[in-house]
Amino acid sequence: MLSRVAEAVYWMHRYVERAENVARFVHVNLHLLLDADHHGAGEQWLPLVTTSGDHEDFEKRYSRPTERNVVKFLTFDTENPNSIISCFRVARENARSVRDTISSEMWNHLNQTYLMIEREGRRRRIEDLQEFYTQIKNASHFLVGLAETTMSHNEAWHFGRLGRLIERADKTARILDVRYFILLPGVEYVDSPYDSVLWTALLKSTSAFEMYRKAHPHIHHENVADFLLFDRMFARSLYWCISAAERSMDQITEGMRPAPQAAAELSTLRETLESTDVKSVLANGLHEFIDTFQFNLNVVGVQIHQSFFAMKEAITQVPAQMQSQG
Amino acid sequence: MRFDNYRTDGFYDEMFESDGIPRAGVEPIIETINGLRPRDLKRRQRAAEYALLNSGNTFNVYGAKEGAEKILPFDIIPRIVPANEWSTLEAGLKQRIRALNLFIGDIYNEKKILRDGVVPEEMILGAESYRKNCEGLRPPKDIWIHITGTDLVRDESGTFFVLEDNLRCPSGVSYVVENRNVLKSTFPNAFRTMNVRPTIDYPDRLRRTLRHLSRKSNPRIIVLTPGVYNSAYFEHAFLAQQMGVELAEGRDLVVVDDELKLRTTRGFETVDVVYRRIDDDFLDPRSFRSDSLLGVPGIMDVYRKGNVALANAVGTGIADDKAIYAYTPRIIKYYLDEDPILPIVPTYICSDEKERQHVLENLDRFVVKAVNLSGGYGMLIGPKSTAAEREAFAKKIKANPRDFVAQPTISLSRAPVIAGDRFAGRHVDLRPYILYGRDIFVLPGGLTRVALREGSLVVNSSQGGGSKDTWVLSDGGPANA
Repeated sequence: MLSRVAEAVYWMHRYVERAENVARFVHVNLHLLLDADHHGAGEQWLPLVTTSGDHEDFEKRYSRPTERNVVKFLTFDTENPNSIISCFRVARENARSVRDTISSEMWNHLNQTYLMIEREGRRRRIEDLQEFYTQIKNASHFLVGLAETTMSHNEAWHFGRLGRLIERADKTARILDVRYFILLPGVEYVDSPYDSVLWTALLKSTSAFEMYRKAHPHIHHENVADFLLFDRMFARSLYWCISAAERSMDQITEGMRPAPQAAAELSTLRETLESTDVKSVLANGLHEFIDTFQFNLNVVGVQIHQSFFAMKEAITQVPAQMQSQG
Repeated sequence: MRFDNYRTDGFYDEMFESDGIPRAGVEPIIETINGLRPRDLKRRQRAAEYALLNSGNTFNVYGAKEGAEKILPFDIIPRIVPANEWSTLEAGLKQRIRALNLFIGDIYNEKKILRDGVVPEEMILGAESYRKNCEGLRPPKDIWIHITGTDLVRDESGTFFVLEDNLRCPSGVSYVVENRNVLKSTFPNAFRTMNVRPTIDYPDRLRRTLRHLSRKSNPRIIVLTPGVYNSAYFEHAFLAQQMGVELAEGRDLVVVDDELKLRTTRGFETVDVVYRRIDDDFLDPRSFRSDSLLGVPGIMDVYRKGNVALANAVGTGIADDKAIYAYTPRIIKYYLDEDPILPIVPTYICSDEKERQHVLENLDRFVVKAVNLSGGYGMLIGPKSTAAEREAFAKKIKANPRDFVAQPTISLSRAPVIAGDRFAGRHVDLRPYILYGRDIFVLPGGLTRVALREGSLVVNSSQGGGSKDTWVLSDGGPANA
């Protein structure tokens, strides 16, 4: 398939997945605050910005990490390339450029969702946003369902899935990294009801709470980390995302000799996850482990670009316009 | 809302013979609409617009700020063309396309028509749309104009005239297919009763037309688009998708070893047929405009060597030049030895001194058009102009007479549209689409463009025009859609 088209489908899915994750952790935080007030803890909005990785941009343009500022920054700020509205705008523009490749249903859905965000989203007050975040999450799930059922599971489909899973692995890793360290030092809460409230919030931020419950009887930080890093069956764990991404990569590279570097990097990443466990990760430092993971995940991303999208040696002119990608 | 008070105001009306008397065959749709409560009719109008917006069936207006997206305004009352009128149009269009295709092949090769003095040589060779580097070119199967969208209008007597041949990259056919899709759910019962001929198979016919151009049994076909910012991008994507071929941009293509190649995730792959929606000027920066970032450097060489087929061929613009238009009846006669079935609007050529003088003296009665501009730009509508506008235009004509032609204003036919709380007549034209492959096929339907502003004669979408679905009725037989 066309390199440009593969790239656009890949980023289209990545950006929708990104928006879904932003929506989920803002939504969870809005909920959490209601319980936190009950326990007398302060508002915690800064970690959300930290998780998004855009705190420098935030600090430049906003005075304080208040609820209003953070919610605006992450949801409707068109200058923030990773806000929900920006993610859907980029996803839609990418979709527009590959309308012949994705199904009409997928395009209609992305177009409708973007128009809904533009039209209704801006009008809402923060108190009214909960329903909005639900709509965003649903919109992302709907896209997955449409891709699953209205599009052939061809090369383009696998590129889309690859993008989605890499984004998801990255977001689960970030949420775990940021939240874990905020939660852990709070010794005064350990084993208190509030402790369980906070870990529950972390699980909910990755849509993991109910599935975690089925796997582990108690909410304990080590089990939470184990679940989000290594669970074999939960679709947002790092292991699951990477091994499913590897399956799509296998389909994409079938028959290619030699196998592109991107495939090798992805397999190495999966092997790393297989060859360690939560106890040794915690012993050697969770943050360090996640840091290394994210570095290697970035390498995979760069290699995907070079193996499939770039075709550098042949480019004879500067493209007229590039879609914004990050 | 009923049609009881609808007035034809002395114009030829597509739906009514005269006030209160519908034309034969249109009764079912009139009865359907008369039977609706006003708010139900408006609800259907809104539902149709909503369906078009959500499908992203939108266009961008040149010069408008980025992201300004509109649906082509759509009026749900269909325009009806009876079977007997259609068969005349169909025969006339086939005749015209056959002759124009022979004409293009001739002027880039033997130039017999010029030697015989039927068309003035300097008018061809001096035209901006004449492509010197197409001389000697023989495109596959000698077909130059694979896809045409011919603009037709009717005058107050109901006679159809050819207003303009669009032989380069005519757009709008996606609206024909999509409008139909929407209208089938707007008026399903009337649609079924009236035996409307289908348009849904256009993409399939187009694909067959393109496949015909290659010797390979399963050629790689692509649609070449300038990209997402082009006003017709939706259509490019739509046609690629409906045909099941790839939509490529110039940057996806590269010439390697005298072949046109796609950059794919598995390296370079050969392309055989290109349905290009990029104008000649931008197609190949090495042959035409060197500043073009849209095209593919070297594609003309591949084309001349016969290693890729282009639809439409390069250089076809010479035959839809508004000055050459005046000669088309003679062109038809010359190549086919037949009288034209469809008349053209009398056309005065401003480079001819006598004709120019006549035009300048009667500017208030003429529509003056710039030869090389389309989309309703660079136009003077005499009867609606001010003295100052006419004076300014006269200067332009005198400065560059070759650039202008003039035609008497035609009192265009009208069709009813929903205008607020009533029905009102608005001027319409008709653009049928013609495919030239193994044989010549005229899609039974077409884009009816409507000047939605009261009294306006300009139907172009860039100038506030809208569209209607066009229902071509079949000669009895079972209903199909």
